[in-house]
Amino acid sequence: MNLLRFFAERRGEILALTGQHVVLVLVSTGIAAALGLPLGIAMARRPRLARPLLGVAGLLQTIPSLALFGFLIPLPFVGGIGARTAIVALVLYALLPVLRNTYTGILQVDRAVLEAATGMGMTPSERLRLVELPLALPVILAGLRIAAVVSVGTATIAAAVGAGGLGTYVFRGIATLDTRLILAGAIPAALLALLTDGLLGAVEKSRRPARAAALLAAGAALVAALAFAATGPTRQKAVVVGSKNFTEQVVLGEILAAHLEDRGFRVDRRLNLGGTNVCHEAVTTGQLDVYVEYTGTALTDILKRPVNSDPAVVLREVQAAYGPLGLRVGAPLGFNNTFALVMRRPEAARRGIARISDLAPYAAQLRVGLFGEFLERKDGMPGLLQTYGFRLGVRPREMDMGLIYPALAAGQVDLVVGSATDGLIAALDLVVLEDDRHYFPPYDAVPVMNEAGLARHPGLLAALDSLAGRIDEASMRRLNYAVDGEHRSPSDVAREFLAGLRTSARQ
Amino acid sequence: MSAPAVEMVDVRKRYPSGADALAGVSLSVDEGRVLVLLGTSGSGKTTALKTVNRLVDPDAGRVTVLGRDVRDWDVIALRRGIGYVIQEAGLLPHMTVAQNVALVPRLLGWPEDRQRARVHELLTLLGLEPDRVASLPPAQLSGGQRQRVGLARALAADPPVLLMDEPFGALDPLTRRRVQDEFRDLQGRLRKSVVLVTHDVPEALRLADEVAVMDRGRVVQRGTPREIREAPQAGFVRDFVAAALP
Repeated sequence: MNLLRFFAERRGEILALTGQHVVLVLVSTGIAAALGLPLGIAMARRPRLARPLLGVAGLLQTIPSLALFGFLIPLPFVGGIGARTAIVALVLYALLPVLRNTYTGILQVDRAVLEAATGMGMTPSERLRLVELPLALPVILAGLRIAAVVSVGTATIAAAVGAGGLGTYVFRGIATLDTRLILAGAIPAALLALLTDGLLGAVEKSRRPARAAALLAAGAALVAALAFAATGPTRQKAVVVGSKNFTEQVVLGEILAAHLEDRGFRVDRRLNLGGTNVCHEAVTTGQLDVYVEYTGTALTDILKRPVNSDPAVVLREVQAAYGPLGLRVGAPLGFNNTFALVMRRPEAARRGIARISDLAPYAAQLRVGLFGEFLERKDGMPGLLQTYGFRLGVRPREMDMGLIYPALAAGQVDLVVGSATDGLIAALDLVVLEDDRHYFPPYDAVPVMNEAGLARHPGLLAALDSLAGRIDEASMRRLNYAVDGEHRSPSDVAREFLAGLRTSARQ
Repeated sequence: MSAPAVEMVDVRKRYPSGADALAGVSLSVDEGRVLVLLGTSGSGKTTALKTVNRLVDPDAGRVTVLGRDVRDWDVIALRRGIGYVIQEAGLLPHMTVAQNVALVPRLLGWPEDRQRARVHELLTLLGLEPDRVASLPPAQLSGGQRQRVGLARALAADPPVLLMDEPFGALDPLTRRRVQDEFRDLQGRLRKSVVLVTHDVPEALRLADEVAVMDRGRVVQRGTPREIREAPQAGFVRDFVAAALP
């Protein structure tokens, strides 16, 4: 079977990602327990603490994970790109069940039993150790079980901050429309959740839960240590290459990384990060040495400046503004990934739509699909509608970048906002509308580098500059299609592209 | 004549609601004697008992144990020196019978083999087969067995004073009668100074050296069982005793 063969081929990587996933879950659940147990006990001692603490822990759970990462990444010590941020987020999510169950577990201990214990001359700490905790143990263990099982699920978001884990496959699968990749992440995660649930359930039901819990904790610590060791020592002087979470960015990240490796650099890939802001924060704080940004995005989205349609002016303005941030903007790679309004070809032909202005008569019924960012951006929806002078009758549907084209192809929406280099445009026989009023600013792809990183890695700037002008729109669309349409791995596609560059250079 | 083992002088306690739990209680228990506090529920008898091991601190008055004011005792040492038996035995449900009985010796830091020997000795003394019951959780025992284990636990560190709060209250009449007899036999040998709380008139009369009948936070009559039976004070005591005895 196709899927099984796919799993077999990738079993090494699947195992490594599962290992990372297990480490994330164990470490975060362990920390949540280490924090939640004493806090829960303190709450049971001083009920006045209970309401605010439970309130805060409950509130933390309601924060969407990507928003939480947004808060965490700029913070010193706990933030940044990588496992640390993911673990902090997972701990915050796991805290509530541990806290609540410790608190209620202790409070539900029979008062008569407690009075007997006090009357026999137990000190408060003896009473806690010998009576309250043992009697609260089943409830506390149930809380830990919830925390651990939930963590297995939430740990998939760790991939958004480059912490690895099985979410890496899920995100990559969504970005490249590859169901096998999604399943390669989701199935081991589901099995892991069942295993966790089963193991902790067995501890709860065991005759001596305290001993079983201690045994399991020791075993878990051992597994975490082994898995941690297996994931290898953190490479110290590697160049850290990042990317956002869509196909083109991942491919560009792989191209940069492989290109640098060819030139003798050691490279740490932090691809598929949460989005523009995550990458920008990360490169500004030095968590990343380089990622590829688009000049228009930098101008309007990051620098919050007004839209401009002259590519040279935009590049100069971004370079000037990035300097004080400690960032260097490299030479453009050669393609302009501007926004594209995309329709199904037969429908566009039937209605005679070729340019964006042709949409005006249909604007009232048009069902538009787009990724959420586009509604907020200065060069996004509001300006587009203003420039072309029409209004949408139907609220646009926000969807993940990877789901836009399938939704269009399936007829769930009539028009999507994508980008000019999307590989699926050709693959699904879609048509790009002409921006006849030149609304969209230029989106030239440029490497954005951290100055301190350049200083740490001599030759990095020259190595990246040698890619200038080497990737045109046609190449980029082809590369994107190789991943999105042919389901090939971004790293293979990148290696092949670089090999092609070398051959053409020699001729 | 040495000082009484337990003494209360004009002890008062007011509930937060403002009602008097204890409205000036004076009592004493001589060494090796059994004082029974007899009264209806709400009479203040359990509150009075708890002032002895400081589960309740009085608002006024003085409580002494072995001649020393309870406030001058280290509260933990005081409690470990007093055996405490409560209704339903108050056994810790997550510990075995042996662990329950050995609890105070363990808190006192006895070596393990001495704890084990003491558990064996006490279970035997109370007519329980150590080999059969020692490793069982309390939930697997009968009510009578649990009550015996509770008594064994109170006696484990050989305290001079025992406080017993409705110790036989949860037992069926036949078992209760048998355990009461066992207790009387045991007391005949061990000679502890005992304060026992009950609402059961026959039990009070059977077990007490002296009975103090309590009503609404006061001691309304003190006397030997015989005095209480044959010369109950007019009013509450007479009604209470008459209602309980045929």
